[in-house]
Amino acid sequence: MRKPWRWMNRKKQAFLSGPYLVWAVGFIVLPLLMVLYYGLTNADGGFTLENILAIGDSIHLQALWQSILIALGSTVISLVVAYPLAYILSKKQGERSGVIILMFILPMWINFLLRVMALQMILSNTGILNAILSFFGLPAQHLLYTRTAILIGMTYDYLPFMILPIYNAMCKIDRNLIDAAADLGAGNLLIFRKVVLPLSMPGVISGILMVFIPSISEFAIADILGGSKILLIGNVIEQEFTTTNDWNLGSGLSVVLMIFIFVSMAILNKNDAEGEGQMLW
Amino acid sequence: MNKKPLIDLVHITKSFDGACVLDDMSLSIHENEFLTLLGPSGCGKTTTLRILGGFVQPDQGQVIFDGQDITQVPPNKRNLNTVFQKYSLFPHMNVEENIAFGLKIRHKSDAYIRDKISYALKLVNLDGYEKRMPSLLSGGQQQRVAIARAIVNEPQVLLLDEPLAALDLKLRQDMQYELIRLKNELGITFVYVTHDQEEALTISDTVVVMNQGYIQQMGTPEDIYNEPENAFVADFIGDSNILDGLMIRDELVEILGVKLPCVDTGFGEYRPVDVVIRPEDVKLGDPGQGFLDGVVSHIIFKGVHYEMEVMAGGFEWLVQGTKAFPVGTPVSLSVDPFDVQIMNKPESEDEKAVAMDE
Amino acid sequence: MVKKWLEKCYVGLIFFLLYAPILILIVCSFNASKSRTVWGGFTLHWYTDLLQDAEVMAAVQTSLALTTTSAVVATVLGTLACIGMAAMSQRKQQAVMTLTNIPMLNADIVTGIAIMLLFVRFGTLGYLSMLAAHITLGVPYVILNVMPKLQQTSKSIYEAALDLGASPGHAFLRVVLPDILPGILSGFLLAFTISLDDFVVTYFTKGAGINTISTMIYQQVRRGINPEMYALSTILFLTVLLVLWVVNRISAKQVRETRV
Repeated sequence: MRKPWRWMNRKKQAFLSGPYLVWAVGFIVLPLLMVLYYGLTNADGGFTLENILAIGDSIHLQALWQSILIALGSTVISLVVAYPLAYILSKKQGERSGVIILMFILPMWINFLLRVMALQMILSNTGILNAILSFFGLPAQHLLYTRTAILIGMTYDYLPFMILPIYNAMCKIDRNLIDAAADLGAGNLLIFRKVVLPLSMPGVISGILMVFIPSISEFAIADILGGSKILLIGNVIEQEFTTTNDWNLGSGLSVVLMIFIFVSMAILNKNDAEGEGQMLW
Repeated sequence: MNKKPLIDLVHITKSFDGACVLDDMSLSIHENEFLTLLGPSGCGKTTTLRILGGFVQPDQGQVIFDGQDITQVPPNKRNLNTVFQKYSLFPHMNVEENIAFGLKIRHKSDAYIRDKISYALKLVNLDGYEKRMPSLLSGGQQQRVAIARAIVNEPQVLLLDEPLAALDLKLRQDMQYELIRLKNELGITFVYVTHDQEEALTISDTVVVMNQGYIQQMGTPEDIYNEPENAFVADFIGDSNILDGLMIRDELVEILGVKLPCVDTGFGEYRPVDVVIRPEDVKLGDPGQGFLDGVVSHIIFKGVHYEMEVMAGGFEWLVQGTKAFPVGTPVSLSVDPFDVQIMNKPESEDEKAVAMDE
Repeated sequence: MVKKWLEKCYVGLIFFLLYAPILILIVCSFNASKSRTVWGGFTLHWYTDLLQDAEVMAAVQTSLALTTTSAVVATVLGTLACIGMAAMSQRKQQAVMTLTNIPMLNADIVTGIAIMLLFVRFGTLGYLSMLAAHITLGVPYVILNVMPKLQQTSKSIYEAALDLGASPGHAFLRVVLPDILPGILSGFLLAFTISLDDFVVTYFTKGAGINTISTMIYQQVRRGINPEMYALSTILFLTVLLVLWVVNRISAKQVRETRV
């Protein structure tokens, strides 16, 4: 069934992809080559590996390390929070389940900067969280402009990206399989371990990708909740372009970031059969 | 039957990705005929139908329709319509819109279209279903809409690609009778594809048995069943006992070391042949009364008769009869010379492989 | 029973955490006091301010124009690409899909920088560079939504239309297109959403003096929050709610109608 089908002369039909292919070459391939070009040259246009190797500078290395830690942290936390949620939601399928899951995606439609702004209000020293804490006589927390604040912000922002793929994968699990496992004598825990968990893995992997990749390169959340005190790799690259104006260095670091992302994706993708965009919807 | 050929397939050859699906096939289809292409999957029957419909171009050969070469004519310009295996109703149109699709393309008047729809729906026993969406119809109903959609265009030929394959047994049998009735009422030619031999025998005027791109035998259902031309046909149509034999001389054949009279002539002397005996033609009696003795090894009740397996002469015979012989009973086998079918052994290794396939 | 109750609590808690910030934004938009913790009385002051703020209105306008245009272009490009790909061999299809995945999987910051470099080198940054970037972001989502639909569309439906006398073009428009339309629509909606929500790519590809809602909010947040922004978020949130409600009603109505 996967055979391509056609509705007119094969060659003529393939030409319909033409505009997009031209577009893709012009706005996907060419720009990436530009990044590579800038990354591999110095200000005078001569070839150099300096910009790539600059990742070894302690300040860059530390930024990358911070980014990895925070990205991993937010990925793990969202996975831990989202998995049981998706499991609970997937069990009650019916007329209302569509609405319920929609409610969990709804925050995604609000501009993330606005949501981060709200978090800033909650976490600030004179913010709502501390107001509540002092109401109960608890000591105030200085959360804003710390790594914890960034972690909270990213987890909050990307949580729906973890919920949705896992929920979709779980909904696809055939109820008969669960009944069959029960029929064969498996208890609830065993059913979960042997049927639900393995079959939801594609969703988990999609979810991990969809949280980890944007969070490792994120700079706006770090900027707002970290108050420019904590530099992530995204902030470093952004500053090379907007304030320091060393585009070659910025491009070189971008190349490194890109390679890092595609390598970690390749590792994860090994056991992920499904396309991630499809899992999301 | 009118003997004027309506469609001629002339020396059709077709391969897909280097695999030959049809090899130099020729076939004539007559006006008003119910012709069935029968064979196992991959035998080329569906490809033949798709060549008729214009969805597949043959590599070589011609399709002659009513005296005109239509080999290169696209499907939308051919005066025949297809009922597809999976019904292929347009999911976003209701029953009425589906049926009107072809008529609207031909710019028929609204009144004409309305008349045609109600006529066609009556014909397939679905009046009142005009506004239903296809997804709300049962398989049998969808199939009947697909037929209605095809016949309103008044094609000279209706092509049907395993249209009943997805239906359950009872519905399938009902639909078989409906199809025969429809064909008689419309007076057009039906070309039908199926892998179900019982269905083919029930509904057809002519059955074409195909395997591996070749026509194995073509004839009336009675001919095909009673006089299979080779072991493949014999095996594919109904149950058979197929044995290696040696033609001693005209009207005498040797199987399992026993000589058995038959009515066939012209096979030469001491020639290896295939011998086919239908299970219902084998009669069981007391030991010593037949041409071979054996012991009943299995018995099952099949409703109208018993089906038994008899071990005799080192061969497991399939026997059908109305009298039950319990397992372990010593019996004799006898058979009327008229019921012994002699067939030539396949000549080439290729054909042999074909015969072994099923 | 206890388990059921625990499950409900868990779902409720996460639900609350997700919506609390949005709720606070809404409350603050009606707070007469500029303070975040003190309730200074109800006011619509920030809303009237917002509507008179030329900068905000310009950003809203730019965002709407940019998002609509880019989503439409991305949908057309992507749908045509899918139809073309359907006629390609498996290997060529795979190659195009790999290319398509790049902007979706790559970090937004890299995509943004890459397109910025292109425009700085061969053009100028401005509305057009933003448009190009948003289209590039949107097309993969269109393709990912249309392609599976196209593969699901049974070939025999198209053949049935030909068989009934339709020309290939007519058969495509009348039979195949309606069948893949849901995919095209959801692709369009996704491209629209991605474009509207995008900040990073816009940030790098925008020209000086031009802002979308996202980049304007970013500037505002860095400068110190103006309560006008709370009003803006409330309006945006209610708009999204309204759109979703309408879409929901329409699809529910369609479901009911087909069941008649």
